[in-house]
Amino acid sequence: MYDHDVLVIGAGLAGMRAALTARENGVDVAVVTKVHPVRSHSNAAQGGINAALTDRGDAWEDHAFDTIKGSDYLADQDAVEVMCREAGNEVIAMEHMGVIFNRDEDGRLGTRAFGGQRQARTFFVADFTGQALLHVLYEQVMKAGVRVYEEWFVLSLIVRDGECGGAVLMDIRTGGIHVVRAKAVIVATGGLGRVFEPSTNALICTGDGMALTYRAGAPLMDMEMVQYHPTTLAGSGVLITEGARGEGAHLLNAEGERFMERYAPNMMELASRDVVSRSEQTEIDEGRGVNGGVLLDCRHLGEKTIRERLSQILEIARDFAGVDIFTQPIPIRPGMHYQMGGVKTDVDGLTPLAGLYAAGEAACVSVHGGNRLGANSLLDTLVFGRRSGQHASDRAKSTAYLDVDDSAAGSDRQQVRDMLEHDDGGDTFASIRRDLGEAMNRHLAVFRSQAGMEEALAILGELKERYSRVRVADKGKTFNTNLIFTLELGFMLDCAETIIMGALERRESRGAHTRTDMPERDDETWLKHIVIAKGPEAPSVEYQPITITQWEPQARSY
Amino acid sequence: MDVSLSVRRFNPDASRPEPYFQEYGIQVEKSATVLDALIKIREEVDGTLTLRCSCRSAICGSCAMRVNGQAALACNTKVVDAVEQAGGSVVVEPAGNLEVIKDLVVDFQPFWGKVRDVEPWLQTAGPEPEQEYIAPNEDMLHLAGVMSCIMCGACVSDCTVLEVDPNFLGPAALAKAYRFVGDPRDDANAGRLSNLNEYGGVWDCTRCMQCVEACPKGVDPMGRIMALRDRAMEAGFTNSHGARHAEAFTESVEHSGRVDELRLPIKSKGGIFNVPEMLKLVPVGLRAQMKGKRPPIIHRKNPGQHNVRRIFEKVEDKR
Ligand SMILES: Cc1cc2nc3c(=O)[nH]c(=O)nc-3n(C[C@H](O)[C@H](O)[C@H](O)COP(=O)(O)OP(=O)(O)OC[C@H]3O[C@@H](n4cnc5c(N)ncnc54)[C@H](O)[C@@H]3O)c2cc1C
Ligand code: FES
Repeated sequence: MYDHDVLVIGAGLAGMRAALTARENGVDVAVVTKVHPVRSHSNAAQGGINAALTDRGDAWEDHAFDTIKGSDYLADQDAVEVMCREAGNEVIAMEHMGVIFNRDEDGRLGTRAFGGQRQARTFFVADFTGQALLHVLYEQVMKAGVRVYEEWFVLSLIVRDGECGGAVLMDIRTGGIHVVRAKAVIVATGGLGRVFEPSTNALICTGDGMALTYRAGAPLMDMEMVQYHPTTLAGSGVLITEGARGEGAHLLNAEGERFMERYAPNMMELASRDVVSRSEQTEIDEGRGVNGGVLLDCRHLGEKTIRERLSQILEIARDFAGVDIFTQPIPIRPGMHYQMGGVKTDVDGLTPLAGLYAAGEAACVSVHGGNRLGANSLLDTLVFGRRSGQHASDRAKSTAYLDVDDSAAGSDRQQVRDMLEHDDGGDTFASIRRDLGEAMNRHLAVFRSQAGMEEALAILGELKERYSRVRVADKGKTFNTNLIFTLELGFMLDCAETIIMGALERRESRGAHTRTDMPERDDETWLKHIVIAKGPEAPSVEYQPITITQWEPQARSY
Repeated sequence: MDVSLSVRRFNPDASRPEPYFQEYGIQVEKSATVLDALIKIREEVDGTLTLRCSCRSAICGSCAMRVNGQAALACNTKVVDAVEQAGGSVVVEPAGNLEVIKDLVVDFQPFWGKVRDVEPWLQTAGPEPEQEYIAPNEDMLHLAGVMSCIMCGACVSDCTVLEVDPNFLGPAALAKAYRFVGDPRDDANAGRLSNLNEYGGVWDCTRCMQCVEACPKGVDPMGRIMALRDRAMEAGFTNSHGARHAEAFTESVEHSGRVDELRLPIKSKGGIFNVPEMLKLVPVGLRAQMKGKRPPIIHRKNPGQHNVRRIFEKVEDKR
């Protein structure tokens, strides 16, 4: 058994930002991560991070309004205000830590345009912004000497009488299962992309933290809000950053038409993501697509822009689609990308369970509401990572450890043993996961319907049944990834359930949740969050009013 | 298409763990990567096959391994290309120079230890500015070239120095060091260069180019090591074996138009009065003598020496 004041689960941007802040606040911090910190999925963020810097003539209120409009008015405005106010300081803090950032002619931080925003306020490092931020935070974690449980996997959270007091971890290298006691736990485990197949997300994005928290008794919110990104490679589903459209790339249909003229005459390709993805899907459904997708055209951008600002796109298109973007348009289609919902928290990252915090994509503050703006997620991870680190460490200073001992790992040890010993047939994780991903992508994608979602729910029931008899192929102790994938699949099934339930519950169309059978937004009834908690038998659904500070809901056009 | 892969396996949990090769025949799409093929094997054929991977798009740095004997990211190596290169079964092995934990998974602890040794964090003097540091975009873009390193370890896998001397910091850690030495905001250059000048540092690279070949992100680790050598010399760190070697080499060529092979090692080792080092040179000299490769005692100038001199003047001008 190990003791730490604060235990951070996850070493992406949110987790490492939280850990550093807690450390600076003078407590003992440890980070646990199932992959080495720099392998975390934050490194995939290409485009950049938003901030309204007043000395550039921008205002945080404008950023907040764009975010709220982008969210289709489902975001909590107090939380959005916090994020947008603190954005500038956060970006500057990262620059001081060592992030290079592209500069303007005066040697100051330069910006690029991103979707759904009237100002160019996205700060960036070529097209590997996430990687640049992630590696710098890891440098700081090394410098601060924070203990990292690297390649350790969290199996469950420890809860006693409504308080979280630690977690049960498996050391992947040895297979050993251990208890870590902590006075505060921060869940920063990122997204759940792989619940859908295909997805732009890495293979490790399996919604572990959302499911862990849900199982521990803290509710999830806005889970029906799943973002489909407008530009993913038609074949492999790899993401092409919105930065490409920010730099001026066009979307074309089979007839060579810039079809966004018909859907968003003002913002065109830079309308918010839900709008662009719906437009593309409509073009495809109405027969103006190209092999089930549309085209992203960078040819007119010129060699200098492409090489200096979109170098990774050049490589990705070449390596993963065999396309030379100087001379050919890239075949793309909308693809699952981001989960707006997550563990319900307040602006300090606190969940309804004392001692349990959440931040980053795993959390739902809610700043993204029905649709996240590009480059707002990195910002979310840093701002709320820092805030949760601050508050969790404050709490750790004034509380004692719960009365927890090694026996807290008992049921996880038993479960793992059972899984390994079970050997009378049954599917392995791979076929169940594939069926799950396909069902979700068929029925909970850009356009949804009652019948489709009900079918998804029925399929999910069968998948859960198959999972109860799942067979782990590898029986070894050392680095048993087969076992890890099987455990992850359990988390994914829980996440899928909350997504489908939330989506069935929301009887309107808002943000990324578009129902063909209920196409209108209904502020009268549905200007509220859907909150799902795990009940003793079935999950329970509750509503939570949204917070409006100064922006009354309006009709949304771009 | 049908392909076969020959994968080097190692199961530490076996009663007598021994590495062995296992053949897998599978069907993949023409566009598939080696990683796609390995994932297909572990999901559909053999669930015990173990490897690291996550992003599938050459950004997380998890999947470096040897494909047909050379380090590469499995996720950006096309199966068709690998098959063509192999002329048969694609040979997949764990990355080199790091200990194997299981199958294609190697122990990265020593790798990260060396990265930590170069103190890879920005070190600035004086108070931070209220806003950002002002820095030219070209300098930042230049650093972007090194910062695109994803720490996959491909360079380390194929480094020929590490094969014989595990003390060498290695290409990844040294490229990381360059990222700070080259950063106009960093104020710790003197200390950094002094450390890099020590045994195991920049002078131990033999310029074999393997790291440049292996790097999937075009980071050019060797080029960065050479740049660090230049910086170290400029900063006055001329008192290491490597630095003296470089200086003696230059001096000799500048003065005589060719390398004085007899005096070069003597100067590099700190001169004729460095008795212990001189004694170490004796067997080398004897071996050279026996093979008829002893350099002439009287060093003759190159007849075109004045031309060589002019080259030097041109280069000095350019600096
Ligand atoms: C391709 C792509 C491009 C993107 N581009 C942008 C962009 O340009 N701008 C933007 O703002 N956003 C972007 N996003 C979104 C953004 O990158 C993510 O939302 C954000 O990085 C998530 O960060 P995080 O810290 O919450 O989680 P992650 O970075 O995903 O980290 C999760 C951490 O949790 C750990 N973990 C998870 N489960 C467990 C477990 N069971 N046990 C132990 N550890 C665990 C993992 O090891 C990892 O360290 C992009 C997303 C994708 C997929
Ligand atoms: S899987 Fe991430 S680099 Fe290959």
